Amino acid sequence: MTTTSPSHTAFLPADWRDLLALTKPRVMSLVIFTGLCGLLAAPERIHPVIAFTAILCIAMGAGGAAALNQWWEADLDAGMKRTANRPLPQGRLDRTTARDFAGVLCAVSVFLMGFAVGWLPAAILAISIIYYSVIYTIWLKPRTPQNIVIGGGAGAFPPLIGWVAATGHVTAMPVLLFAIIFFWTPPHFWALALFVKSDYAKVGIPMMPVVAGEKATRHQIMIYAVLLLPLSVLPWWIGGTGAIYGISALVLSSLFLALSIRVGLRARNGEDDAMKPEKQLFAYSVLYLFALFAVLVVDRFIVL
Amino acid sequence: MNEAKSSDPRTPDQIRRSRNRVLALSLAGFVVLVFLISIAKMG
Repeated sequence: MTTTSPSHTAFLPADWRDLLALTKPRVMSLVIFTGLCGLLAAPERIHPVIAFTAILCIAMGAGGAAALNQWWEADLDAGMKRTANRPLPQGRLDRTTARDFAGVLCAVSVFLMGFAVGWLPAAILAISIIYYSVIYTIWLKPRTPQNIVIGGGAGAFPPLIGWVAATGHVTAMPVLLFAIIFFWTPPHFWALALFVKSDYAKVGIPMMPVVAGEKATRHQIMIYAVLLLPLSVLPWWIGGTGAIYGISALVLSSLFLALSIRVGLRARNGEDDAMKPEKQLFAYSVLYLFALFAVLVVDRFIVL
Repeated sequence: MNEAKSSDPRTPDQIRRSRNRVLALSLAGFVVLVFLISIAKMG
């Protein structure tokens, strides 16, 4: 890591909008959603204020980890079109402010979760922050093309934390929800990496398409989509959910698999290829996760 | 001052005031939340 922020930016104070942008609000919306679904799908109910606090802590923890990620990767972000407009590469924030803001968010989220909700969800939240900001961002991402596979675990924590916040213990169901996001992440990110390949290659991030090649990446996308299909139906099979979830998961995951196979069996048609199937898989993967977790909650409240 | 910052029409004082307002609201929200958590825990 090197420091590149212009020293003269210290003349201007940090704008709260730039601090908010550090938390990656769009990613946070998915984190809040899956965390809330985990909490609502759990078989036990907690006081609404405690439930709100749990979700707030999950959001603050995710925001803090995202800010740490941007603090560490400011130089890399500056070299990629997709991230060059972030506050740190643009010099709208100095790195010390970003680091301190991230640290405070992470610490407050863990301790508030511990005192208000419980120390088990707080411990899992702390692990998820370390997992994302240290294991993924600092250790794996710049070193291995498997970075997304293991790092994807970081995004899989919110429903697990939400469930544990409601019940106070870890059972098969929250672990399955964790596993579903874990196996969903590689096809989701590799689909993105296929059509922004040149950006990752430019800054030396060993994403799968850069290191192993497109053919291997497309093959891996199919493998994870095949594994995701039975895994997503497993909560129904073990009796953790009802038929609404089970049938919906079957339909949603079958479509996910179909789009993944389409990506898996094709090859880039020259440099001018619009990569439409890859973009469609990426867009559907976001919709898939929202829909799958939404039906999980619907299934809990509607008994056929 | 870099280009991105110089395009901001606000003065440093305006930026600082805006940020401090958000900080004050966040702290007030935190105090209310702690109060509500205490009530919920006692209930």
